[in-house]
Amino acid sequence: MNPVEDLDSLVGHARVLVCCGSGGVGKTTTGAALALEAATRGRRAVVVTIDPAKRLADTLGIGSLTNTPSRIAGEWPGELWALMLDTKSTFDDLVLAHAADDDQARRILGNRFYRNISGALSGTQEYMAGEKLYELHEGGDFDLVVVDTPPTRNALDFIGASRRLTNFLDHRLYRMLMSPTRAYLRAVNLAAQAFVRTVSKVVGSEVLDDALAFFRAFEGMEEGFRERAARVEALLADEGTAFILVAAPRADAVTEASFFTTKLEESKISVAALIVNRMHPRLGTGRAEADRARAQRFAGTDLGTLYANLADLRTVADGEEAHLTELAANVAPAPVVRVPFLDHDVHDLDSLARISEHLFRS
Amino acid sequence: MDPGQFLRASRVIIVAGKGGVGKTTVAAALARMAAREGLSALLVQVEQASGLAALFRRPPLTYVESTLAPAAGTEAEVRGRTITPDDALLEYLEDHGLRRISRRLVSTGAMDVVATAAPGIKDILILGKIKALERSSGADVVIVDAPAAGHAITFLLSVRGLLDAVRVGPINAQAREVLDMLSDPARCSVVLVTLPEETPVNELVETAFTLEDQVGVGLGPVVVNSVYPPLSGLDTPPETAAEAVGEVLTPAEVEALAGAARFRRRRQDLQRAQIARLAERLPLPQLRLPSVFAADLGPAEVDLLADTLRAEVTGLPDVVPSSAGPR
Repeated sequence: MNPVEDLDSLVGHARVLVCCGSGGVGKTTTGAALALEAATRGRRAVVVTIDPAKRLADTLGIGSLTNTPSRIAGEWPGELWALMLDTKSTFDDLVLAHAADDDQARRILGNRFYRNISGALSGTQEYMAGEKLYELHEGGDFDLVVVDTPPTRNALDFIGASRRLTNFLDHRLYRMLMSPTRAYLRAVNLAAQAFVRTVSKVVGSEVLDDALAFFRAFEGMEEGFRERAARVEALLADEGTAFILVAAPRADAVTEASFFTTKLEESKISVAALIVNRMHPRLGTGRAEADRARAQRFAGTDLGTLYANLADLRTVADGEEAHLTELAANVAPAPVVRVPFLDHDVHDLDSLARISEHLFRS
Repeated sequence: MDPGQFLRASRVIIVAGKGGVGKTTVAAALARMAAREGLSALLVQVEQASGLAALFRRPPLTYVESTLAPAAGTEAEVRGRTITPDDALLEYLEDHGLRRISRRLVSTGAMDVVATAAPGIKDILILGKIKALERSSGADVVIVDAPAAGHAITFLLSVRGLLDAVRVGPINAQAREVLDMLSDPARCSVVLVTLPEETPVNELVETAFTLEDQVGVGLGPVVVNSVYPPLSGLDTPPETAAEAVGEVLTPAEVEALAGAARFRRRRQDLQRAQIARLAERLPLPQLRLPSVFAADLGPAEVDLLADTLRAEVTGLPDVVPSSAGPR
């Protein structure tokens, strides 16, 4: 994707928008606002969220986990759909699609080790977000899929997640554990045996048995998973896919954002746009030091208070401006869009529309 | 409440909160508050990306303890270290006579198998190490900068989950011991941090109930961070305020001053409403920390916050609720 395209054109043409950034910066809200904007322009848009704040989820009609999008009614020419990703059932669907027969699927779905992988393994959420994105994109019901990445620092594991999990399933250790024959055990070296004993000593043999049963049941499905993973990755690198970095204008957010851009670069992906939320207002062109001096000169009077306050807010705004400059340099030449501090948290369609106003019309 | 009494109430204080609410800063301020009371503090970082060391202008922390703020006069020392699951596992295995196998277990990625087979094992290794520090550390207070967001809950809930998955063996024993520590308010308490804003307040309330119901952990006061300090005189129009001291302002100055005052008044109103809502929904005492108007936080700002924390704790009654109460 052409990196100098502006947000306006992105939301009009992109097929996939991925919102990434650290937790608490407004990724979910931003993603929903982008999808709403696309619907306003007559596109069929769906937003996949991972962990929305409850009131926003209620507004979007996705108060509970679903695996199918719900349509949000509203006065726009296009369509707006939303879904809150159910990691486990997405994984279950994937297993069902790739299993050779019902028996294999049943053995996998009922295995405790599998339940751990599908529910709790770090990286699974990222993997399934990619999987769901691919499914919605391929399904043909939507012109634009907006996806919100998981709220972890490893959110960008998203990109390699499918490959990593496939590698995980293919790990040679599992191959070793999977071979139940004594002949095989004789063939592996003593250290490896000690290894298995250690694992079982630490976590108990019950746990290890579950793992063994899982890998035995999974046999033969790796190829299907690998192929699928390659297709998800190709979609993420596709021209119609754009990554949007969402950030807050704080020092720690700058560190995080540069971490994200580095990770993206490693995958040869550039940030298509930077959205900085919760910016303090810029109050004219004066300098904080001068305000501070006047606050001191008039200390104890109302004018002193007014200058002290102006100095405080200008100090914050200057700091934010410096952080923003650093962020912008990090993602150059991607466009930077500012969203001011809003009076209320976003939890209805009106306030979502106001975010769109700031993103596209100011 | 006497600050010393507050700090001695439990040896381990876990500071938790949603990303971006400033829990790392609060952990640092608590440590400095302890140091100024003459109590040595050990800050434990469990996430790689925490800005903890930077707040003290020190190089990033490692698994080996280092000094963050030296002892001076009556002030005790603040030390810091990380606890990462891989290092904790290595140490655990070595302590259990499995040194030979330990490096290999980590380097081949077998740790991932184990962690998948028994989710929560990484968390239990970290918590197990914290429990060991509670017993062995030379520090008077061990302050843990917990993982961000919902991860803090998963982190603390992992113990119960693990007890179900691993029913025998040393990990089971470890999990039991950790649970004993977590559920004993005399040994461990959780300080939750929030901003006076709607979503963070909602999440904090939810977290408080979940931690209490499902982990049985003792809750310390809630820290409300980044509260605008009250300023009187913001309601006066700039022209009137200038006239009162014989000044004349340019139109641009009037506009900037009025805009700034308007912004602050509005935010103060919103913050007040959220602080009241938090108090209504959660009976825990609140410690309020001011917004720090600085581009970057360093030791001076941490000390300023430590002072405020101390004053806020002093203002609490001797006996305060340590429970989220009924939902």
